Amino acid sequence: MDPLQWAIDPWGKIVPIHIAWFLIWVAAIAGLLFVIVHAIFVRYFAKPRQFEPDGAPVVPAQIPEHVPRHSLTARAFHWIMATSMFTLLFTAFLPNLGFQFDWVTYHWIAGSVLTISILFHIIHASFFMDFWSIWPDRIDLRDARRRVLRFVGKTVPPPERFAKYPLENKLYHGAIIVAGVSSIVTGVLMMFRVRTIFFPRNPYLFSDMTWGMMYVLHGLAGVGLIALIMVHVYFGIRPEKRPITKSMIFGWMSRDFYLEEHDPKRWPIEISSSSRESAGTRGED
Amino acid sequence: MAVIRDVMPAFELIQPSSIADAQKVLEQQGENGWVLAGGMDSFDWLKDRIKQPKVVVDLSGIAELKGVRTTADGIEIGAMTTLTEIVQHPVIREKYKLLADSAELVASPQIRNQGTIGGNVSQDARCWYYRAGWPCYRAGGNICYADTPEGRNREHAILQADRCVAVNPSDSAPALIALNAKFVMRTPKGERVVDAEDYFIGPEIDITRLHILKPGDLLTAIRIPTIWAGAQFYFEKVRDRNVWDFPLLNVASAMVVSSGRIERIRIAVNAAAARPLRLKGVEDAVRGKPPNATTGEMAGKLAVQGAVPLQFNAYKIPLMRNLVKRAIGGVEEARWTPYNGQ
Repeated sequence: MDPLQWAIDPWGKIVPIHIAWFLIWVAAIAGLLFVIVHAIFVRYFAKPRQFEPDGAPVVPAQIPEHVPRHSLTARAFHWIMATSMFTLLFTAFLPNLGFQFDWVTYHWIAGSVLTISILFHIIHASFFMDFWSIWPDRIDLRDARRRVLRFVGKTVPPPERFAKYPLENKLYHGAIIVAGVSSIVTGVLMMFRVRTIFFPRNPYLFSDMTWGMMYVLHGLAGVGLIALIMVHVYFGIRPEKRPITKSMIFGWMSRDFYLEEHDPKRWPIEISSSSRESAGTRGED
Repeated sequence: MAVIRDVMPAFELIQPSSIADAQKVLEQQGENGWVLAGGMDSFDWLKDRIKQPKVVVDLSGIAELKGVRTTADGIEIGAMTTLTEIVQHPVIREKYKLLADSAELVASPQIRNQGTIGGNVSQDARCWYYRAGWPCYRAGGNICYADTPEGRNREHAILQADRCVAVNPSDSAPALIALNAKFVMRTPKGERVVDAEDYFIGPEIDITRLHILKPGDLLTAIRIPTIWAGAQFYFEKVRDRNVWDFPLLNVASAMVVSSGRIERIRIAVNAAAARPLRLKGVEDAVRGKPPNATTGEMAGKLAVQGAVPLQFNAYKIPLMRNLVKRAIGGVEEARWTPYNGQ
């Protein structure tokens, strides 16, 4: 089973034309397997969470009841991106599963929305948010090692509580960047092959081989996103993650969850002026 | 890779004697099965070795698929009825002459003797890039060679192109749409009946097929209701060679005129897009108006709205405009001319 489909171009060269469509099922099954394995692991094998005690714990009363986590702008971006992403996946893959409709138009419109929203996100995250909060730092890597060692029975100190985003979120964000940017860049260039409102068609922009590789990369990124989004939805509905999901809807998480999971030193929030010295002064992102 | 022409690849030939058997075999074979009706389109594909099915299901031995039957609500034409039979059938000539006119302009007498109505409406696109086996969209690839600055696209689409710009080449299809025909199919889920216009699909729906038949499906009959029997018909086909050619464009209309006004009308064109187009906007616009040159002029302009010419087929826009104009405004004259509408 060749994961790619090949063709002979008019000049006799063998070129890839796109991925083999069975990869849709491979991605869906991979995503499903991850969900099942993770659910079994958490249910039967995972040890209770334990965090390193704070050296200088904050007084809970100093933390607001609703800890601001996502601004309205950030939430709007997330849900616009999610809507366009689902539209892209459904319009891309449903026709291959036998549901026939005018998918190309919806696909490039959704792709354009996604592209614009991602560009907005890059600017917003770079200049109006804590840019580095979503990237793994040294403590994340150290704590990941600690968690693995503790799971296999080694005696090491427990990890610290999380910063704004747990390492899993950060890694997921990285994977989405790779798959998303791959699909967006190739998708924008592929729009030169269809009639859109943006630019005139130019099917000769690249050689057949380059176009073929572009279609392959677009397809691989697309099926990769199937698995990634399945995993994302799964974590979004897991009980212990629901406060995070709710914060993406309402913008805040509860004080209890914040203090239980997050380290105020690593994710300082706006608190009452009398206690700024102990808890930091940065506002929401 | 060299291609040996004119020698068909080996395949298993199955000759069922009933619709049920044929459908069962096609369902079993799925993508590997190939429906052989008159063979006029199939043999091109097979001899050029562009299509290499494992199993060919020859329908010529199925009596149920042949002939024209009168029903309570019109006629039913078996999908394997030849075009010559349709041209010569007395009921069709008397009541549904539009179909006879269109069938008579298909290809040559020899081809009409062998070609079937089911094959004519289900034939594949004639785009030479596609027929030559190039890996275009319609062949499952990722490019349309005809829709490029240097592409030879004189015969291609001016309307509803979506990546692929090939057109549907059927002459009988627009006539059947104008006659409000129903297409009867046998599918794995049972019998399915669709309006003629819904039998055809464009590339936006499925870029690899011109119709809704999927592997395992079989077109068995075409039903024509009496609603348009005896109406004023107009069919005109424009082609490069008048003795034998595919259409550059064709138009078919059925019209009922009452007190000098168009009471009812159905009009369709083909070879303008990947599927025959019923011109509903034109029908709505001309209803209640006199069938004269002024109405035809207006209808023609309306018909080509949204047309996008390719490098070499801009001529199709005025051609379609004038065909629609003649179908409506020139219908009185057309009644006195031979079938080809000239």
